[in-house]
Amino acid sequence: MNMESTKKGERTDIERGHAFHLLYEMLRIRRFEERCAELYSASKIRGFMHLYVGEEAVAVGVIDALKPEDSVVATYREHGHALIRGIPAGAIMAEMFGKVEGCSRGRGGSMHLFDDKTHFYGGNAIVGGGLPVAVGMALASKMKKEKGVTCCFFGEGAVAEGEFHESMNLAALWKLPVIFVCENNLYAMGTALTLSESVTDISKKAESYNIISDPVDGMDVLAVEKAAQKALTAVRAGNGPYFLECRTYRFRAHSMFDPELYRKKTEVEEWKKHGPIVRFTRYLKENDLLNDKDLDDIEQKIASEIEEAVAFADAGRPEPVEDLTRFVYSEGGKS
Amino acid sequence: MNTQDREITYREAVREAIREAMQKDERVFLMGEDVGRYGGCFAVSKDMLDEFGQERIRDTPLSESAFVGAGIGAALGGMLPVVEIMTVNFSLLALDQIVNNAAKYLHMSGGLFNVPVVIRMATGGGKQLAAQHSHSLEGWYAHIPGIKVLTPATIEDARGMLWTALMDPDPVLIFENNTLYNMKGHLPANPVPVDIDHAIVRRPGTDITVITYGVGLFKALDAAEKLSEDDIETEVIDLRTLRPLDDETFLASVAKTHRVLIVDEGWRSGGISAEISARIMERSFYDLDAPTERLCGVEVPMPYAGHLEQAALPQTEDIISIVKRMVKSNG
Amino acid sequence: MAEFRMPSLGADMEEGILVEWKVKTGDHVKRGDIIAEVETQKGIIEIEVFEDGVVEQILVQPGEKVPVGTALAIIRAEGEEERPETAEAKKTTPSTEEKKAAPEKPKPQPAIKREKRIRISPLARRFAAELAIDLSKVDGTGPDGAINRADVERAAAQAKKPEKHVPEQPPEKKERAAGFHEGIRKAIAAAMARSNREIPHYYLETRIDMSRALKGLEAENRKRSVKERILPAVLLIKAVALALGDVPALNGYWIDGVHRPQEAIHIGFAISLRQGGLVTPAIHHADLKSLDELMEALRDLIIRTRAGRLRSSEMTDSTITITNLGDIGVETVYGVIYPPQVALTGFGRITEQPWVENGMIGIRPVLTATLAGDHRATDGHTGARFLDAINKHLQDWEKL
Repeated sequence: MNMESTKKGERTDIERGHAFHLLYEMLRIRRFEERCAELYSASKIRGFMHLYVGEEAVAVGVIDALKPEDSVVATYREHGHALIRGIPAGAIMAEMFGKVEGCSRGRGGSMHLFDDKTHFYGGNAIVGGGLPVAVGMALASKMKKEKGVTCCFFGEGAVAEGEFHESMNLAALWKLPVIFVCENNLYAMGTALTLSESVTDISKKAESYNIISDPVDGMDVLAVEKAAQKALTAVRAGNGPYFLECRTYRFRAHSMFDPELYRKKTEVEEWKKHGPIVRFTRYLKENDLLNDKDLDDIEQKIASEIEEAVAFADAGRPEPVEDLTRFVYSEGGKS
Repeated sequence: MNTQDREITYREAVREAIREAMQKDERVFLMGEDVGRYGGCFAVSKDMLDEFGQERIRDTPLSESAFVGAGIGAALGGMLPVVEIMTVNFSLLALDQIVNNAAKYLHMSGGLFNVPVVIRMATGGGKQLAAQHSHSLEGWYAHIPGIKVLTPATIEDARGMLWTALMDPDPVLIFENNTLYNMKGHLPANPVPVDIDHAIVRRPGTDITVITYGVGLFKALDAAEKLSEDDIETEVIDLRTLRPLDDETFLASVAKTHRVLIVDEGWRSGGISAEISARIMERSFYDLDAPTERLCGVEVPMPYAGHLEQAALPQTEDIISIVKRMVKSNG
Repeated sequence: MAEFRMPSLGADMEEGILVEWKVKTGDHVKRGDIIAEVETQKGIIEIEVFEDGVVEQILVQPGEKVPVGTALAIIRAEGEEERPETAEAKKTTPSTEEKKAAPEKPKPQPAIKREKRIRISPLARRFAAELAIDLSKVDGTGPDGAINRADVERAAAQAKKPEKHVPEQPPEKKERAAGFHEGIRKAIAAAMARSNREIPHYYLETRIDMSRALKGLEAENRKRSVKERILPAVLLIKAVALALGDVPALNGYWIDGVHRPQEAIHIGFAISLRQGGLVTPAIHHADLKSLDELMEALRDLIIRTRAGRLRSSEMTDSTITITNLGDIGVETVYGVIYPPQVALTGFGRITEQPWVENGMIGIRPVLTATLAGDHRATDGHTGARFLDAINKHLQDWEKL
């Protein structure tokens, strides 16, 4: 499916409520990230912070297709994934404020969001480092004959890591229930894909390990969702891993402190025209599924959620320094 | 299962420990290079594939990072994996998973996700395997908070530490010295899991304390035996666990003997011996009647030639001569 | 009215140079608009505004370098009244800006003088302090002439010698002798106070018929020259050593909350010093020594104690202490345990007392043996077995 090719009135298969939901979720990420940028500039948030602006369709399309028993392993650019997976915005914001109410008690920060209720196994800040763990989680669910699938996000930069290739091979060899979602935003920090890979068609790399691999327009939330559903159906059927290469683009800098010397402004502007939110909004409006009033309502709802999150984080407590050495080893109990 | 005292090898002790754990708890499985059909690089898992099948005795590709990471993931997913890395040398290929993931998940998640994985590996030199296959890096791993580092030296510890490690909620690394696999020793009837939290006095003495672990224990005990003929009574402490270190046991010994020699096959600079020495200095300074000394591996990549390799490793004779020199000054 | 500030784009960004304004006073701006460019150590970064409104005033001009947090412009919200006073607004810089003091000229450092320092082991230093020994007058026998514990103990023992010649001593030396005396006292005070504070003592006592042992000893001594005779105290030491073999729990230490029985039996024998105080040097492996060897060891120990020539291991190795106050006429000794030991045996004078045996009253030489036990380590039952064992070994004296 390609929204740009659909003309007005052609698409009616999407239910209005679901369309609203997808747009709402993408906008939630967008506004949340924008607020993070503001709070970072004001020194409320520190450390490294990587924003997901431009790539929203990937997290929304894929995670929306997951079930509660599935697990998510993400990267350090994971605010959006955490939010869509169901971690409360307040807990995420409090985490970035370094407060004990944060989803990782302020021990993780922007790059390490964790949550047990939603099986969210964190932002992993070593590129490629989450893949072997995702393979192991899938192994556990296979050995325990559980239904859950592990969904592993990573950027195209990870493809250059040995851990990527080792993990592809192992997952395919053992036919593990894992879906690999490559968020190909064309730049590993500041190094373009063409400057780092001899073969730039990433889906081919996965195919070479005998993994079914679909390239997807990562700027099209419906396309992503459809591809994810197809992939998950295959994985749940016990056919082993599946690979989605979501071709997307990051609109903002790699991290906050990045003058973007490595790409042209015109390139960014061109991609922005095809951004997942503008495209989907335009599409919905053209199909009379959305009007300005709807959009205003959505924006207002999101704005108040984010304001509440910021207030929650602001009101949070810093963890007492006496507790500094906690969580190095488990306290009491046994696994 | 064994109601009689027996003489068995260290290898058999490790094998029995794994078998027993797998029989006791179906969450336990063994994974690593050549653990199945080959029977384990050091023949530790010989015949286990037939007994437990390939689901639970899992041969892996040569992908240390992936299968160690998979062990971590499986542990997060509710299994109790025993990951075998052929030797400590190959663990360097899995360092990202061990250090960045296993050791950090619990902390990064604010206490939400513990990682009950056990990672076993052979360690040490002494078999003319040259520079890339003779590392003693256990002290190096002991630098990292979040993991536990065990160094079983005796048959009983080799037999009893695994289950305790598996029952530990956090990642545990077990370093088996490669020269010990053939060592025979006595195993008491009905072996039980052993404590992994405490060092142990293997031989009491009054004149000097030798602190060591792993294969160093046997060199120290030999030395103590010979020193005793010269009326020097050496107290020998087996650390057993390098992280967390059991300070109290060796500090109590220092308070008794007032002299300490630390023996460790790892390189001297920044090694575990340095750490122990520093702790003694910090907490037992006024109990010392002589400077704390270290006998470590010589700082050279391990040479192949046998005589050079032996010269690079701490030997019984070295322990004897250092102890004699240290104790001689005792007017 | 809001301030548009120099943003913090990383923990390592402290300041930025305003390179260019993309807006001018009076322009309308929307949240997310890029309105300025700032040069950082990483390069030029576009800066967005987070408010909707009108640029009321520009506070920082291109080319100016200002710290993070500095207001760069004032943004007036749409519809908000223009406030003339803001025109006067001054640049506010955060108070965190560090004052740049003129770098101080480093003072010329004198070359480090290496003073000659006496090498002293930490343990020796501690002992010297406790025994009030002047370390500058102690000869070191350790490596490179380092003073170790044994050297200090030797010096402490020698320090008492001058006392014999009190009249000849210059006053300064007298003080030193007094200091030594005080040191011993202090050490005893510390150990005993700690014992009383920490050790829950229990006491047991028993009377022992010494007639067989003394008769046998007398017969034995008759065969020997005066020099070779064995003192009754030696029988007691041997009996205690053997009894510890029977009841090993009393032979050892209590350290850090753990009872640590010792295999080797080293008996500390309290020897009082003429000038007051006492030391309890160890007779090593007393259980393995014959009576003759024990007599020799005891004699040697007494001589060396009084001459101040004890070995360091003898000072600290005892696994139990015997206090024998019989020669001063005391009948019963209630001792204070010497930490970290867990027991002390006391012997009083052997006196003739009425003794009933098999319904017959007789007069026998009787010894009162006591035990002070550390109740953390052992119980009365253990102590009772121990005293009983001493009695048995003394009755069976030929085997001693």
